[in-house]
Amino acid sequence: MTDRTPREIEALIALMARLPGLGPRSARRAVLHLLTRREGLMAPLAQAMARVALAARDCAVCGNIGTSEICPICADPARATAEICVVEQVSDLWAMERAGVFRGRYHVLGGTLSALDGVTPDSLRIPALVDRVAAEGVTEVILALNATVEGATTAHYLAEALAETGASVTSLAQGVPVGGELDYLDDGTIGAALRARRRM
Amino acid sequence: MRGFAIGALTVSHFRSHRALRLVLDGRPVAITGPNGAGKTNLLEAVSLLSPGRGLRRAEPGDLARRPEAIGWKVRAGVRTPDGLHEVETWADPGAAREVRVDGKVATQAALGRLLRVLWLVPTMDRLWTDAAEARRRFLDRIALSFFPDHAEAALAYDKAMRDRNRLLKDAVRDPAWYAALEARMAEAAAVLRANRAAAVGRLAAAQAGAATAFPRAELQIDEGEGAAGDLAATWARDRARDMAAGRTLAGPHRADLGAVYADKGMAAALCSTGEQKALLVSLVLANARALAADLGAAPVLLLDEVAAHLDAGRRAALYDEICALGAQAIMTGTEAHLFDSLGGRGQTFAVVDEGGLSVVEETARPRSVSA
Ligand SMILES: Nc1ncnc2c1ncn2[C@@H]1O[C@H](COP(=O)(O)OP(=O)(O)OP(=O)(O)O)[C@@H](O)[C@H]1O
Ligand SMILES: [Mg+2]
Ligand SMILES: [Zn+2]
Repeated sequence: MTDRTPREIEALIALMARLPGLGPRSARRAVLHLLTRREGLMAPLAQAMARVALAARDCAVCGNIGTSEICPICADPARATAEICVVEQVSDLWAMERAGVFRGRYHVLGGTLSALDGVTPDSLRIPALVDRVAAEGVTEVILALNATVEGATTAHYLAEALAETGASVTSLAQGVPVGGELDYLDDGTIGAALRARRRM
Repeated sequence: MRGFAIGALTVSHFRSHRALRLVLDGRPVAITGPNGAGKTNLLEAVSLLSPGRGLRRAEPGDLARRPEAIGWKVRAGVRTPDGLHEVETWADPGAAREVRVDGKVATQAALGRLLRVLWLVPTMDRLWTDAAEARRRFLDRIALSFFPDHAEAALAYDKAMRDRNRLLKDAVRDPAWYAALEARMAEAAAVLRANRAAAVGRLAAAQAGAATAFPRAELQIDEGEGAAGDLAATWARDRARDMAAGRTLAGPHRADLGAVYADKGMAAALCSTGEQKALLVSLVLANARALAADLGAAPVLLLDEVAAHLDAGRRAALYDEICALGAQAIMTGTEAHLFDSLGGRGQTFAVVDEGGLSVVEETARPRSVSA
């Protein structure tokens, strides 16, 4: 079966299958779809990918992914509201932005504490967060972490680490189901969870 | 009363079964056949319709039929108090077990809310003389049957504790990190302890009121060290000691379950083999009665080799009690005559091994024994 497919195409399928949500079979289907639309879709997609791969960078302040040193959210003076929302992943930041209910700035941890996986406080940009809270005159840090064991552990740790900054530390409340991941919640639920945040 | 029940059951590429299809009608089921025929494998397949690793605690990869090893699947129509559902569970090679309920991806915990399955297997015959871990697991299965959130609490506790053990092994000294994990452990431990205690209470109540031929077992949970106090404070205080040991020494993961044959005042571990078996049967029946009272439906019972060590009188009593409960008990035995006293009250199947493949056939109902 597969021995008739040229090696370059097999390699493309194998790369595609590493994308989230795609398995070997759906990757094959996606590549075939591209191959039948080489000019209209495949070439522009390849160019866009190459361009973005060169330009993309992590925001030096918050860890959001963008194409400049400082991301548009951090660069927007209207969002200097003395509130920082801490999220695990860039996808969570984007989910919060989709909901459009938060007007402050963000801090992306890049994961959650896990001794088993070797994720330590230093590797999570926690010291950088503590520095920001002092430097930017932040009065409230909102922890918007997933309602998982790791998320709760990390929230607990952050509350402790931020205690000496004097900023109040709150976390999302009702609406985030236990075991729930932010990226999968609808916008209304995120809005409700933000309004009902509670003090840590 | 109509209990939880498995209706149509399809077992594909699962251990010695390649493409098994059974149609069950909700009555008790007797499965007979020689050693190695595939009886326990069949019960194991059904046990995977509940959360966890099934009645052998096997890794998903070991369940796949050899030599093909192309992954396995169990599919069942299940009857519950809120209607009929289609449950599928399977594992592809090298992958974790997956679950679908009514065509939608579901968690294993969701299975525990949908269906209740209890089991007794021959390895539990040594339960009272085994290591504490086996009794703890037995207790947790009982708690899970009453409180489906037990599974999540156990997972959360385990996850946080394994992380804490890693910190201990790596000699990390970050008090805030320990405190954060210990807070999660304490939350989960409170749920585990409450569920276990309540489950034991439910069994005691269900045994007290029952007309049963099986002996009453008095159960007692031994929480071990740190039983009385505040666990979070215990863990915080004992970090140095735990670090020397390389693991967490106190907590619900060290609990044990004790049992006494009530009428004799005899510890279960000192009872005869048949008495110990009778105590186990008694507990499973009490568990089933309590669930039936709570949910309006008796759980599915998987009773592997249940007739072994039971004399004819106790066997007959067991079948009578199962029928009175309206429970779908799926039972196995090597000889068909062990189920004579079930009479026409159930379905019977014969399993034989044909060159490494289990073949299952529904048989005519066994002749009733005239008493
Ligand atoms: N992954 C597998 N693939 C194929 N066969 C397997 C697999 N795992 C176990 N078996 C075989 O299944 C057979 C039947 O096992 P099972 O435990 O169901 O027998 P049984 O009928 O319960 O016998 P007994 O009366 O001795 O308890 C065994 O011979 C075993 O070698
Ligand atoms: Mg067996
Ligand atoms: Zn930024």
